Amino acid sequence: MQSNQTTTFAEQINQAQHQAMQDDPAMLAFGLGISDPKGIFGTTTGLAESFGHERVFDMPTAENGMTGIGIGAALAGSRVLMTHQRLDFFLLAMDQLVNNAAKWHYMFNGQMKVPLTIRLIIGRGWGQGPTHAQNLQSWFAHIPGLKVITPSKTDAVAAQLYSAIMDDSPVIFIEHRWLHQQQCETSQIKPLTLRPEPVRVHKTGADYTIVANSYMVLESLIAARKLAELGIDAEVLETAELEPACWQPVYQSVAKTGRLLVCDSAHTSFSVAAEIISSVTERCFGQLKQAPLRLGLPDYPEPTSIALTKHFYPSADSITKKVMMSLQRELPASIQDADEHHSTRPHDVPGEWFKGPF
Amino acid sequence: MNSLLEHYQNMLRIRRVEEAIAARYSEQQMRCPTHLSIGQEAAAVGVSASLTVKDKAYSSHRAHAHYLAKGGSLDALIAELYGKQTGCTGGRGGSMHLTDLSAGFVASTAIVGNSIPLAVGNALHQQVQKLDEISVTYFGEGATEEGAFYESANFAALRKLPVLFVCENNRYSVYSPLSVRQPESRSIVALANAIGLNAIEVDGNDVEQVAAATAELVKGIRNGDGPALIECHTYRHREHCGPNFDDDLGYRPEDEVAHWLARDPVTLLQQKLLDLGASAQQLEALDGKIGSEIANAFELAQVADFPNPDDNERFVYAE
Repeated sequence: MQSNQTTTFAEQINQAQHQAMQDDPAMLAFGLGISDPKGIFGTTTGLAESFGHERVFDMPTAENGMTGIGIGAALAGSRVLMTHQRLDFFLLAMDQLVNNAAKWHYMFNGQMKVPLTIRLIIGRGWGQGPTHAQNLQSWFAHIPGLKVITPSKTDAVAAQLYSAIMDDSPVIFIEHRWLHQQQCETSQIKPLTLRPEPVRVHKTGADYTIVANSYMVLESLIAARKLAELGIDAEVLETAELEPACWQPVYQSVAKTGRLLVCDSAHTSFSVAAEIISSVTERCFGQLKQAPLRLGLPDYPEPTSIALTKHFYPSADSITKKVMMSLQRELPASIQDADEHHSTRPHDVPGEWFKGPF
Repeated sequence: MNSLLEHYQNMLRIRRVEEAIAARYSEQQMRCPTHLSIGQEAAAVGVSASLTVKDKAYSSHRAHAHYLAKGGSLDALIAELYGKQTGCTGGRGGSMHLTDLSAGFVASTAIVGNSIPLAVGNALHQQVQKLDEISVTYFGEGATEEGAFYESANFAALRKLPVLFVCENNRYSVYSPLSVRQPESRSIVALANAIGLNAIEVDGNDVEQVAAATAELVKGIRNGDGPALIECHTYRHREHCGPNFDDDLGYRPEDEVAHWLARDPVTLLQQKLLDLGASAQQLEALDGKIGSEIANAFELAQVADFPNPDDNERFVYAE
C-alpha cells in the first residue's frame, strides 16, 4: 500500500464495522437505513452483503423498542451495534438506554453484561434546525454506566469504534456529520486493536491549553496555527472519551500553561466544557493564572434559515479572538470581527462536497 | 390429578410466600417497594408448566410469582427483600429487579413495559444462534398502553421470533381502572392478532385453562410458527404496592371485588382436588411442608450479612 493513499472518516467507520462483524460471529448491526442504497453516508455500505441480512438489517421505525431488543440480544450473548442517522431520533429511546442499558450490569450485581454500542450522528448546517442538530453528549455522560466517545480525527476513528464495539459496557459513539469526508493518509491509521487514547494531544504548546471535542477539534487546530502566527504557543488537546477520571493529560497541560479554554460542540450551559472546567478547577486551582473559559453553542436551539445561523457555531477565528482577549492582546484586523464569516463558501456547509440535504 | 396436584403445590407455595411477606412487612425490615402476586398465581404456574429451564423469562414490577414458578431461588428472593448480600442481586435491585439465571429467569424490571423488548431481543438472539429454546415476557394490561409493547410485538411478528407474550389483565393500573385507560370495545387479543401474534384469552384464575392454552401456543412457537400472546383475565387481591387490603378506599366496585374473591385461583383448585378425591390431610401436609421451607428462607435472610457499601462503585462498568 502506498503511503500517499488517502482514506476518509466514513470509510474508516465502515472498515471498523466490517472487522468487528468478522471478529465476532455473534455480532448484530441494525438501524434505520443501514442497508439502504445510501448506507448511512457510506458508513455501512457493503455490511449486509458481506454478513447477511439476518445479522445486518434495516429495522422498523421504533427507536425505543429496537434499543430494548438490542439490549435483550446483548444480554443473551450477541454483540450489538445500532446506528441512528441523527441523534435527535434516538431521544425516543431514553427509557431503554437509561433505565436498562446503563443500569443493568450494576443493578444485577455484575451477573450480566450489555455489549451494546450506539452510533449517533450530529447534523449541522443546511438548515438542519432545532431537531436535527443537537449534540446531547453531556446528557449521556451524566448517566453512570454509559461510556461516551466523541471521535474527531480520521486516523483514530476506526480504532475508537472497534474498541467501543468490543467493549462489554454500553457505549454512545457520537459522530459529527461534518467529519465524514475528512481525509488522512492510510499510513497514519491507528491499528484497530490499539487501545484508543481517552485524551489526544494534537499539538503541544507552553502558553495556553485549548481543550476541544468532536468537530471543534478541527477549528481549534486552525486557531492554534493563527495563534502561533500571533506569537502564542497553544497546546491543543482532545477529550475523545467523556470521563473525568481519564483526563489526566488535561490537568497536566493546565499545570504547565496555567490557562484554559474549552471549546464545546454543544450548548454551553451544563456542558462537557462545564465539567472539564470544574474538574480542572478542583484539581489545578493553584496553578491557574486566570479564570478558565469556555466557548460553545449559544443556549438557544439551532434555527433553520441560513440568515439566522451565521453566528451559531464558534469558528477558528472566534477561538483565536477569545484567547487573544483573555490575554489582553491586541487583535489583528483580520479577526476583529470573528463572528463574521470570511470564507468564500457559504457558512452552512463544511466544504464544496456538501450539497445537502442532510 | 398428578399435574393438578403439582399446579396446586406451586400456586400454594407462591400464595404462602406472599402471605408471609405481607405478614412481616410491617416489621420494616423489608425496606423496598413490593408488589404481591396474591390472586394472580394461576397465570405464572400455568405458563411455566410448558417451559423448560433453558427457556428465558422476563417480567415486570409484580414478578414474585413468575420468578418462583420459573424455579427462581426462594432463599435468594427473601434475602433480596431484606437487602442482604445473599439476595439475588446482593441488595442492588430489590423486589422489582429479580434474577435467577440458573433457572432461566433472566430479569424483572420496574418500568412498565420496558422488559418486553428485552425478551424479544432474547428471542432474536435465540433465532440467529439457532438455539433450541424460547423467550417469555410477562406484563400487565397497562403495558399494552405503552409504545414498547407495540414496537416489540411488531418486530417479533416481522421476524417470527420464538417469544410468548403473557398479559395478565387484572383491570387496574395502580388505582386507575381500564375504563379511563382503554376504550370499552378494546380487545387486547384482537389487537395482538392484528399485529401478527397468535393470540388467545383465557380465564386467568383457572390454572388448567392457562396451562392448556399455553401448551398449544408454545408448541407453535417451538415449531417456528412465530410469536404468540396469551391474555389471562385475573385480579389482584391486595393493594397495588404493599402488604395490605385497600378496598376501604372504594376504587373497585364491591360486587366486582366479591366476584373475583369468590373465584380465588388457589381455593378453586383446592376444591377441584377435593372433588377429585384428594384428601384434606394430603393437602394440609403439602401446606405444612411449604410452611417450613418459607420459615427457613426468612430465617436465613434475617441472619445473613448486609452487603458492604465499600463495594458500591463495583459493576458500574463491565470489568
